Amino acid sequence: MPVQASDQASGRSQMNPIPSDEAPIIVPERKPGRWVAAALVLVVAAMVVNTVLTNERFQWDVVFEYFLSDRILAGLGNTLNLTLVSMTIGIAGGLVLALMRLSGNPVLSSTASAYIWLFRGTPLFVQLLFWGSISALYPRLSIGVPFGVEFATFSANDLISPYTAAILGLGLNEAAYMAEIMRSGISSVERGQTEAAYALGMRRATTTWRIVLPQAMRVIIPPTGNQLIGMLKMSAMVAVLAYPELLYSAQLIYAVNYQTIPLLITASLWYLIVTTVLSVGQHFLERHYQRSDGGRRAKE
Amino acid sequence: MERTIENESTSAPAVQVVNLTKAFHQTPVLKGVNLEVAGGEVCCVLGRSGSGKSTLLRCMNLLESFDSGRIIVNGELMGYREKGRRLYTLKFAEIARQRSSIGMVFQRFNLFAHMTALENVMEAPVRVRRLPKAEARERGMAMLERVGLANRASAYPSQLSGGQQQRVAIARALAMDPKVMLFDEPTSALDPELVGEVLGVMRQLAADGMTMIVVTHEIAFAREVADTAVFIDAGLAVEHGPARQVLSQPEHPSTRAFLERVLK
Ligand SMILES: Nc1ncnc2c1ncn2[C@@H]1O[C@H](COP(=O)(O)OP(=O)(O)OP(=O)(O)O)[C@@H](O)[C@H]1O
Ligand SMILES: [Mg+2]
Repeated sequence: MPVQASDQASGRSQMNPIPSDEAPIIVPERKPGRWVAAALVLVVAAMVVNTVLTNERFQWDVVFEYFLSDRILAGLGNTLNLTLVSMTIGIAGGLVLALMRLSGNPVLSSTASAYIWLFRGTPLFVQLLFWGSISALYPRLSIGVPFGVEFATFSANDLISPYTAAILGLGLNEAAYMAEIMRSGISSVERGQTEAAYALGMRRATTTWRIVLPQAMRVIIPPTGNQLIGMLKMSAMVAVLAYPELLYSAQLIYAVNYQTIPLLITASLWYLIVTTVLSVGQHFLERHYQRSDGGRRAKE
Repeated sequence: MERTIENESTSAPAVQVVNLTKAFHQTPVLKGVNLEVAGGEVCCVLGRSGSGKSTLLRCMNLLESFDSGRIIVNGELMGYREKGRRLYTLKFAEIARQRSSIGMVFQRFNLFAHMTALENVMEAPVRVRRLPKAEARERGMAMLERVGLANRASAYPSQLSGGQQQRVAIARALAMDPKVMLFDEPTSALDPELVGEVLGVMRQLAADGMTMIVVTHEIAFAREVADTAVFIDAGLAVEHGPARQVLSQPEHPSTRAFLERVLK
């Protein structure tokens, strides 16, 4: 036993060979696998870039010839317009649906659930086709007393233009998704906040607007940014309604000059540029809300 | 230091609870509570955990509905309009109006997390009383001054200690000029060293003549400040009387057992 003990003691002194006045040099773990993987990926990436730049059939000259053309820019403007208007409808509709779902009224709550079920359960593409052909379903629309007198009637074809069909399709679908985001945001606000407001004599609507929603925002805003970026890309589906947004504008051009690939690239570049700008904005928004979140939750 | 209660309201109590019953999912929590609190009186509510103290307090400003009985605050029947032999439930707006003259202080403060201390105090005067902003600001500062926090007016709740948050919460309730203040264990979420500052503000409030109903486990505070005390046991107010008597010579065995346990 005493022998072992002395062994241990000498072992310990061997483990500590560095003089105490000199800082030890730390050798990081070596990771050869990383280098191999990185090299492989770089080679593949270089090959892709090479073929993209050298394959003449990409026709980069055509891509840039149309990049700033009037029709593409008009399409881009329409895409941005569709995105913003549909998103506004989606946010407003989502808020209404979320409040309906959270209300104590079983009719309102189950109506909202049914709406969400319907719009989330069917493809957006199909919904857009539906709105586009709504005039086949209801050739005439009228304003009047339900089941009673009609004051005015319109032809659905005149009223539901491709633009209207597009924002209805995109906006009403978005509302179903925004409803869930808003609902989780509203539910994230502690019950005590509402009780404190009620105890002070505040009404329901005041409490929702002044106390609950502002605090729900930190949960609502980040995913809403994602939805906005998603909406920009989803709006390309509106091409099926023959509304000249970015993609359909490109399609109209290549239908005539047969430069399909270059024009698809032109459109894609624009989508990339806008999504990048939106992502950067999203990044800063998220950081802002994370910060106030962390600061405020710390002592709760 | 028994304060004499020479308010005009000695005839009609500020708060009157008559035969209040309340069940949560068939489980009775309040089984016919009777309680009277005179104007200017400080009444401490004691009782074991789960005995129904919070429920009683929350019924008083209608944060909780009740099954039978009535609550009268400042001569006004809470939550209902009586017509003949019927009680018609009031609209939310009417209930909000009734609540606006009852201040409530919660165990967990419940300050509005997205507003500064001053904004917290200004919110209800502006939104409920429709006070002009400038006036509400002035009033808010005066209230923060009253709880000793004028210098933290622009701090967010997360930047304040628990004791400071609770004092802001008291200022927020006071800004509505309430006739009655309800406190639900205002110090039990606080670190021991922060309890004193909140009790100090409450002591001052009592000295100013505020009608207060205070659920608390701070027996020393109750002995010093309370005029009356009520002991709630299993949903009944089993003992109710002058604080000195209830806290020192309780008649009911469960009150005695409770006090022995708390004071040990
Ligand atoms: N929202 C609710 N739903 C169901 N049961 C409840 C609810 N609120 C309270 N209770 C029950 O009612 C009883 C009384 O609760 P209450 O909060 O009034 O007690 P308390 O005297 O305030 O207790 P404590 O000292 O722990 O705060 C408890 O048994 C509790 O579980
Ligand atoms: Mg309680």
